[in-house]
Amino acid sequence: MARDDAVTIAIDRIACDGRGLCAELLPELIELDDWGYPIVAPGAVPPHLIEHARRAVTYCPVLAFKLRPTATADSRASGLARQPFAARQPG
Amino acid sequence: MTATRLLAGPPIATGAETLADHRQRLGPRPRATRRGELTATLDRSGLLGRGGAAFPAARKWAAVADRAGGDAVVLVNGAEGEPLSAKDQTLMTARPHLVLDGAELAAEAVGARRIVVYVGGGHANSVRAMQRAVTERDMVAPTQLVIAPTTYVAGEESAAVQFVDGGDARPTGVPPRPFERGVGGRPTLVQNVETLAHVALIARYGDGWYRDVGSGPTRGTALVTVGGDVAHPGVTEIAYGTTVRDLVAVAGGSVDRSSGGAVLLGGYFGGWLRAEEASDQLLDPRSCRDAGSAFGCGVVHVLPLGRCGVIATARILDYMAGQSAAQCGPCVFGLRAIADATARIASVGSARSDDVAHVVRWSGQLAGRGACKHPDGAVALLRSALRTFADEFDRHERFGACVEAGRQGRVA
Repeated sequence: MARDDAVTIAIDRIACDGRGLCAELLPELIELDDWGYPIVAPGAVPPHLIEHARRAVTYCPVLAFKLRPTATADSRASGLARQPFAARQPG
Repeated sequence: MTATRLLAGPPIATGAETLADHRQRLGPRPRATRRGELTATLDRSGLLGRGGAAFPAARKWAAVADRAGGDAVVLVNGAEGEPLSAKDQTLMTARPHLVLDGAELAAEAVGARRIVVYVGGGHANSVRAMQRAVTERDMVAPTQLVIAPTTYVAGEESAAVQFVDGGDARPTGVPPRPFERGVGGRPTLVQNVETLAHVALIARYGDGWYRDVGSGPTRGTALVTVGGDVAHPGVTEIAYGTTVRDLVAVAGGSVDRSSGGAVLLGGYFGGWLRAEEASDQLLDPRSCRDAGSAFGCGVVHVLPLGRCGVIATARILDYMAGQSAAQCGPCVFGLRAIADATARIASVGSARSDDVAHVVRWSGQLAGRGACKHPDGAVALLRSALRTFADEFDRHERFGACVEAGRQGRVA
């Protein structure tokens, strides 16, 4: 069960330019693909990394690195894209 | 297995059913003025969106209605950018008033003051039919026809909203989504034309009637486009739960446990299955997804025997990379690199030693990393190909051999 204050990394993929600062500031959760664009570890940001994650938000040169409340991010993903059938089991 | 509901009435080839004939056959359009009533009926019916994502229609309607304050927009999505699909064009060309009944019901139910009919620019007959149908009737809200660009992503809902508002037909991706803030800044219901046509019938006959057909985990009927190695390609209406074998047989083809070959389900966002797997496959969103494929927009495409799945996949990936909206790095660079490497593998003798390893690795990295689902769809198709055509990929890589012997060295 996610804590109320849990946050998840959300990258604005249109704004992201592949500068790679996020991977330097938060290597525990971010790796770069072969073209320098971030691959984010799934799930909420662990409490001991939240300060580092906030720093990545601040220093992303194109302001593409964001943190969102985990509850919102999860309901969005499960409701609209990843599990479109979760709520319905026609019998 | 075939079941005619949307396509009941005069033969499809005779063109658009007039408003008079439509009303004579089905009676007047019911009203959806009692708050929440039709949405509750749709919820009980289990109606899923037919644009490809199979999202429950009622949940979308409720989300828009809750936010709209009586000032929403209904965007009727007939862009149909999927090259293998013709079902939306067929529906708009033959039964425009079913679609418009559904659009008006949606406008009443979610509280919309504006309807936008968004039709793919390459579908000239559909544009004409919808235009004419709108002028035949007194629409419940001001209605505007917008011609969609002929690109793959133009039908993605945020791309459609952006185009209607005067921008490029490219996905916006980040929140807010159209149900929160869409056309003109208003909560917008973006709904596929086939979904709305089903609404027109459910409003008349009820959710029990709707669920009376279908044998799989999903009830009702669906329009499908059958193509490839069949004698009679085209659009058919089936009950959900029909097997691929039965559908292909009706279209004058053959897919059975011993026939060899492969079938692409769901279109370019879908997945390949070997014929022996596809044969008993039930055609409905849940069953197809469970099999590692997709129902998508209802495409069933039979790869002719003797054709190479690696080459077919390379062509599709090249198209998909070319259709990127070119906004997000992983799609611009990653999808292009995947398409190029797959093309080299397909064209025997030109693969680099690490191409297959790269394609496998990259195909696991792309999902969820774009503003829209374009890269997700493309790599889902690729992963199904790596599984379905494992032997062919192996032959290409290790022996430089291809089942399409006469086409060696050529991809396009």
